[in-house]
Amino acid sequence: MDGASERRYGRATFLLLVGGGLSSLAWGAKASGVLSPLTSSVSQLVGNLFPVGGWRIYTISGSMPIFDAKTWRLEIGGLVANPRTFTYDELRALPQSHQVSDFHCVTGWTVRGVRWSGVRFPHLLDQVKPLPEAKAIRFDSLEQPYNDSLTLEQLHLRDVMLALDMDGQPLTRAHGSPARVVIPEMYGYKGVKWLTRIELVGHQPTGYWEGLGYDQNAWVGHSNGYTSA
Amino acid sequence: MATRPPERVERWNRTERTAHWVHATAFCVLLGSGLCLYLPSLSEAVSRRPLLKDIHIYTALAWAVALAVVFVVGDKRSLRATFRELDRLDPKGRMNRGQQLNTIATIAFAILFSVSGFLLWYGERDTRFRFASTLLVHDWLMYISLVLFLGHLYYALILPSTRHSLSGMTRGWVREDWAKRRHPDWVAALRSEERAT
Repeated sequence: MDGASERRYGRATFLLLVGGGLSSLAWGAKASGVLSPLTSSVSQLVGNLFPVGGWRIYTISGSMPIFDAKTWRLEIGGLVANPRTFTYDELRALPQSHQVSDFHCVTGWTVRGVRWSGVRFPHLLDQVKPLPEAKAIRFDSLEQPYNDSLTLEQLHLRDVMLALDMDGQPLTRAHGSPARVVIPEMYGYKGVKWLTRIELVGHQPTGYWEGLGYDQNAWVGHSNGYTSA
Repeated sequence: MATRPPERVERWNRTERTAHWVHATAFCVLLGSGLCLYLPSLSEAVSRRPLLKDIHIYTALAWAVALAVVFVVGDKRSLRATFRELDRLDPKGRMNRGQQLNTIATIAFAILFSVSGFLLWYGERDTRFRFASTLLVHDWLMYISLVLFLGHLYYALILPSTRHSLSGMTRGWVREDWAKRRHPDWVAALRSEERAT
């Protein structure tokens, strides 16, 4: 019997694959960062088909809400002097801002350079006059029982908005039409989609994902077990 | 002149076939449910994410249990022989080099899928087990496995010179003339073994 056939090339291949794969849990994200110019151009080529470096759509319930401009309303209530309900057109009539920001998901994917348009919260809250005891704001989604919250201070962070448009188009159903919260400094689960109600409250409540153990302050790179960006 | 029916050669026994089809079935269900969780267009079309997550996770569990059962109650001698062949990439084995490497990669990826999948599931419950790369690793495994899977289907179903191999995995036997063409060393070794016993 010749010596070559006794060598365990098969076992070596197997161990290399498993070892390489397991170690990539440590270096995968870095490698993906290096390759991201390539993968994101592939992503643009194939669009929605394969989200290489692109969006994934996460929902928590059995069906995705459907937006109807005729019946949809955004209620704002709680600790405000003038509770109010907005139609879609009324929201559109408020001063619109534009921004380009990165979107980070807590599960590890990122979409760079998303173009958002919508209403800054100070403009929106001017319409309802928050009371002095209001400290936080809760966002309820049409997708029950999803909700989350921010402090009023966090609403003044750079690039926080109630988005109505994404990449030049009205929000699609998958992205939370007609209105979603955008706060680029935090992971995406803080950005409630399919928004239907806003309530100003005295104490910041526990949101859907916080109830399942996620951090209230979902700072990108510094929360939920992550220690750097 | 009457033609003799072609001689048959046993290629995969019941244990090996069961292991193959358990893995294949689970792979297809996991791929389908996984793509629905992953691709925005499918996510929106199907929309029932919690159900799909359950299907994905329970299929993975069922896969692991079913394979364990096959290994425990199945023909361990033949499984050991197969592993020995893979261990050395035996050129006189039942499989050619490409098939051996594909099998090795499939086993390695199954382990990596399981580890990264477990971390995805558990990291959602305990953030100490959440790593930035877990999802990417699971995704990359899917892309590589998809390519291997499509190649495997091409050889098993489409390419005329190789597709008779499917008979080995469905009925357990292949025609001897085909086996002699595709795997001459294996048939020769088999025949000399038969003469010896």
